[in-house]
Amino acid sequence: MNQLLQTMADSTSQSQQQVRTVALIGPPNSGKTTLFNRLTKLRQKVGNYPGITVEQHTGVMALSGREITIIDLPGVYSLNPHSEDERVAVSVLNGSMDGVPRPEAILLVLDATNLTRHLTLAAPVIALGLPTLALLNMGDLLAGRGGSIDTVKLAGELGVPVAIVSATEGTGLDAVGRFLQQANEPVQMTLPVVQDVRECRRWAAHIARESAYRAPLPPAWTRRIDDVFLHKVWGPLVFVIVVGAVFQTVFGLGQPLSNALQNLLAEMGQKVAPFIANDFLRSLLLDGIWKGVSSVLVFLPQILVLFLFIGLLEDSGYLARAALIADRTMHSVGLNGKAFIPLLSAYACAVPAIMASRTIENKRDRLATILIAPFMTCSARLPIYTLLIAAFIPERPVVGVLLGTRALAMLLLYVLGFAAAIGTAKVLKSSVLKSTSAPFVLELPEYRWPTLRSIGLRLTDRGSVFLQQAGTVILCISLFVWGLTNLPLHQGQPPELEKSVVARLGHFIEPVIRPLGFNWKIGVGLLTSVVAREVMVGTLGTLYGRDPETRSMSLQAALQHDLTFSGAMALLVFFAFAMQCTSTLAVVRRETNSWKWPVIQFIYMTGIAFLGAFLVNHALSALN
Amino acid sequence: MQVRLSDLKLGETAVIEEVALPESERQLLMRFGFQDGAEVRCSRRAPLGDPIVYSLDGSEIALRVETACQILGARVESRPITDYSE
Repeated sequence: MNQLLQTMADSTSQSQQQVRTVALIGPPNSGKTTLFNRLTKLRQKVGNYPGITVEQHTGVMALSGREITIIDLPGVYSLNPHSEDERVAVSVLNGSMDGVPRPEAILLVLDATNLTRHLTLAAPVIALGLPTLALLNMGDLLAGRGGSIDTVKLAGELGVPVAIVSATEGTGLDAVGRFLQQANEPVQMTLPVVQDVRECRRWAAHIARESAYRAPLPPAWTRRIDDVFLHKVWGPLVFVIVVGAVFQTVFGLGQPLSNALQNLLAEMGQKVAPFIANDFLRSLLLDGIWKGVSSVLVFLPQILVLFLFIGLLEDSGYLARAALIADRTMHSVGLNGKAFIPLLSAYACAVPAIMASRTIENKRDRLATILIAPFMTCSARLPIYTLLIAAFIPERPVVGVLLGTRALAMLLLYVLGFAAAIGTAKVLKSSVLKSTSAPFVLELPEYRWPTLRSIGLRLTDRGSVFLQQAGTVILCISLFVWGLTNLPLHQGQPPELEKSVVARLGHFIEPVIRPLGFNWKIGVGLLTSVVAREVMVGTLGTLYGRDPETRSMSLQAALQHDLTFSGAMALLVFFAFAMQCTSTLAVVRRETNSWKWPVIQFIYMTGIAFLGAFLVNHALSALN
Repeated sequence: MQVRLSDLKLGETAVIEEVALPESERQLLMRFGFQDGAEVRCSRRAPLGDPIVYSLDGSEIALRVETACQILGARVESRPITDYSE
């Protein structure tokens, strides 16, 4: 029955208000987001609710010349303000959320294939007394798998109109338009005490029975696929292959794409350079602004590649299985299985990894994952690792031809980062981020084919969020560091690097980093690498290239000349731990919606780096 | 005979009698259908044995052993899992 049922034709309360704002609410996995995208035809805005880490999507729907604002609320199972998501939902529905208009009507989205469970949410939502339309989503699946529901009876039981829709197929949605044209308040019905979940469930079961609900047969093919994907032997094997493929692609495809884009952007800058006569202006435009813009853009390929995979995994239903398989292992370090993919991605780059952590619903687990992700050895650390290892560690076989000293050193650095991440996770999870009150509950959705549409939406969504919100911070900091390296002006010209503010800062912090075995040049390198780790190599190249003593040497030779062995090893350890990545900090700020966590993270990681480098430098110096 | 959900063998069904967990955890589990009177079938185990996947209300939901062992129920003869009558 694909039509809106006006159960209240004879209702006395014909308050025909003009609906301007409507809230979309439903349990997680009810297909709410797909419906939202359908209704708004992508005319949407993504933001954060003020002061909270829950994302806010609002969109505009055109309805016979009028524009109706649709607020997409977080997926919730009830309106008891237990979780942040539910608190947000309640305050938006009450109109007490700053900056969000009070909704005048509600679209309640319920999964028709899980109706008994999803109806639990109907009681508290209808009890709000706003005009409500209950949309039974996935109507195509219900019918296709032999389930059925009497919508007339259901509408009668609920006291609100009911429509069967399919957001993926786009069927039945005209009901929404008709409802919004003529929104009526719900008929007074006997509703359960809405704070009592048990009562609500009993009520839901009763309603489902009264409206002749027949649940669809569990999809046999989902169980057949799981017989393989969750098999004792094949399951982990498939898991390793899938995870390996994701890692390989992010690393092997995303990284070269990022490099290619970086080269392209640099070349474009070079092409334009001769046309800007003024040296200072050229430096500002190219080295300051354009480099800043480039440093934002180079992350895009990796973000898009990773989210393409996450989209495929999540939409197909495999992500939940991967979480199930990884959970036992992740549990032993105090995290849950859903943290696995984000942490793995962090080996390529922490920026997309931190953005991927939002698949973890438990806020504390998600925060812990965000905080430890930058310890994973990301690809930006590799240039400085390779440089220092090649300069200071002679190549000797350790395990025959299989493993040499250099490969071993590299491996140790990976292990070091991993150990720091695990250690930090354990500390966090047993102290500030202890989450005893939220048991790990993982729903295994049925397998579905991911749609091009939903994957495309996800990519544009993540891409634009990164560019708009993290990008601006990255750009600002890049410009700031450019300012430090190009000031003070000397007869209208930028100074040589040695005479710039950043060099003075390098000299200034020398006493602090001296115990680590670093000199002021390394200090300047560390300061400039706050923008991005790989900048270190370029800075050192410039500094040693200007120094008459090291001018004719290669960078490797110059470093050997200027650094002790223990200082070089300390520098490696420093890089393994330190948070020298503005982009990561910007993304952490964006994902936690406050400066508190990125600041804590920066201080913590730099502190560990300092301590680690100090210990390594002194231990190795004592040995020699 | 009362049994912990974590002790159910594959394919066995139990009717939940007690969720021995703090109120907030009970509320969360209840949203997924784990509550007194619910019929729960142990349908699968993760390859390493933990978590365990349960079928109830037509959905498949995984719980860790540490949680499932706090949920007590009575074993029943396995009925078709599509039967929703109470």
